Amino acid sequence: MADATNPIKQFEIHPIAELTVGGLNLSFTNSSYFMVVSVIMITGLLSLAMSKRALVPGRAQSVAELLYEFVAGMIRSTAGDDGLKFFPFVFTLFAFILMGNMLGMMPFFPAPDFHGFTFTSHLIVTVGLAMTVMTIVVGYGIWKNGFKFLKLFVPSGVPAPLYLIVTPIEIISFLSRPVSLSVRLFANMLAGHILLKVFAGFIVMLGAAGAGWAVVGVLPLFMVVALTALELLVAFLQAYVFAVLTCIYLSDALHPGHH
Amino acid sequence: MLAQDTAIETDAYAGGDAFPPLDPTYFASQLFWLAISFAVLYFLLSRFILPRIGGAIEERRDRIADDLDAASQMRDQADETVKAYEKSLADARARAQSVAASAKAEADADIAEAVREADARLDAQQAESEARIRAARDKALKEVRKIAAGAAADITTRLAGLDVAQADAEKAVDAARKG
Repeated sequence: MADATNPIKQFEIHPIAELTVGGLNLSFTNSSYFMVVSVIMITGLLSLAMSKRALVPGRAQSVAELLYEFVAGMIRSTAGDDGLKFFPFVFTLFAFILMGNMLGMMPFFPAPDFHGFTFTSHLIVTVGLAMTVMTIVVGYGIWKNGFKFLKLFVPSGVPAPLYLIVTPIEIISFLSRPVSLSVRLFANMLAGHILLKVFAGFIVMLGAAGAGWAVVGVLPLFMVVALTALELLVAFLQAYVFAVLTCIYLSDALHPGHH
Repeated sequence: MLAQDTAIETDAYAGGDAFPPLDPTYFASQLFWLAISFAVLYFLLSRFILPRIGGAIEERRDRIADDLDAASQMRDQADETVKAYEKSLADARARAQSVAASAKAEADADIAEAVREADARLDAQQAESEARIRAARDKALKEVRKIAAGAAADITTRLAGLDVAQADAEKAVDAARKG
């Protein structure tokens, strides 16, 4: 009963196989399990879709190609054609987050403890992804542009005295990027799943309350159905937003100084 | 019952657990497995799957471009054929016209020849006829003279009793006709 109505329970991490290396707890957990499942699902589904590699694509192949063109178009429109060298990275990021979010929408999953889990609802995971993006942006930006990368903080076409204000703003905005990038995804997934579980909990509680209360339980049921649809949208949208912002940041690394 | 639930829930957190999504206990494990799965996924996608999808799309694009090229080539060919056909048609028409023109000229020449021949023949006939008519008239005139002379001689003989020679009578008739 407690498990059924506790909205926080779904975020708990349980070790499946204990592993400690140099004092660090590197256990294989249910979160790790879902990450591995994501990798297997993405590669498996895409390989299956492309197994025929037909000239006239079937349904599955169309979806795979649609996904490919979608990400490629996203990069082209935000970072230009030279942004396509980051295509595999952005595609991986998008697919991984999308699959993680979608797997999180499964209430039950053949997992070690049979409850769904959303690894993108853990701040450390989204921070890890965001820091990977920022490392690549800064690393590539400096490797390609050298000191010119710092032009990012000194946008052209600004009257000289304004640089006193603009430059600190640009620096702060740049530093807040990984924070906003990671927190946006994390908070969206967390809030959505808590909300779902709270309303689902109402159904259980009303059902257990006896008398006529069970009938009232229909109301939160409708709410849960509607929220599930909304959360599916959010799951896709947040993966898209994460990938688009990554593209925009990569665009800064490719062409600093004009944005 | 609700109190019981709360008690159980509190028990679940009795281990001093933080809010699970922010619980640092598994931070290292999360990052470690995130890095591994992300790296593996990146490797698999960038090495095998994305080139395969991109290749299929590229192949289709090439194929379509090729087909379009072939189609435009065929259209050019068709245009050329049409042009050649029209040219041969125009040639044939021109040849037909020239043939017709030459046939007409020949026919005209033939007709002119025939007309000329007919004219010549008619002229000759006319000339002959005229000659014949003139001869007949001359002959007739000569007869008339002779008759007139004879008549004149007869009249003279009868009236004056003079015997006039035929030649003299004719001379007198001539003189009278001139007079």
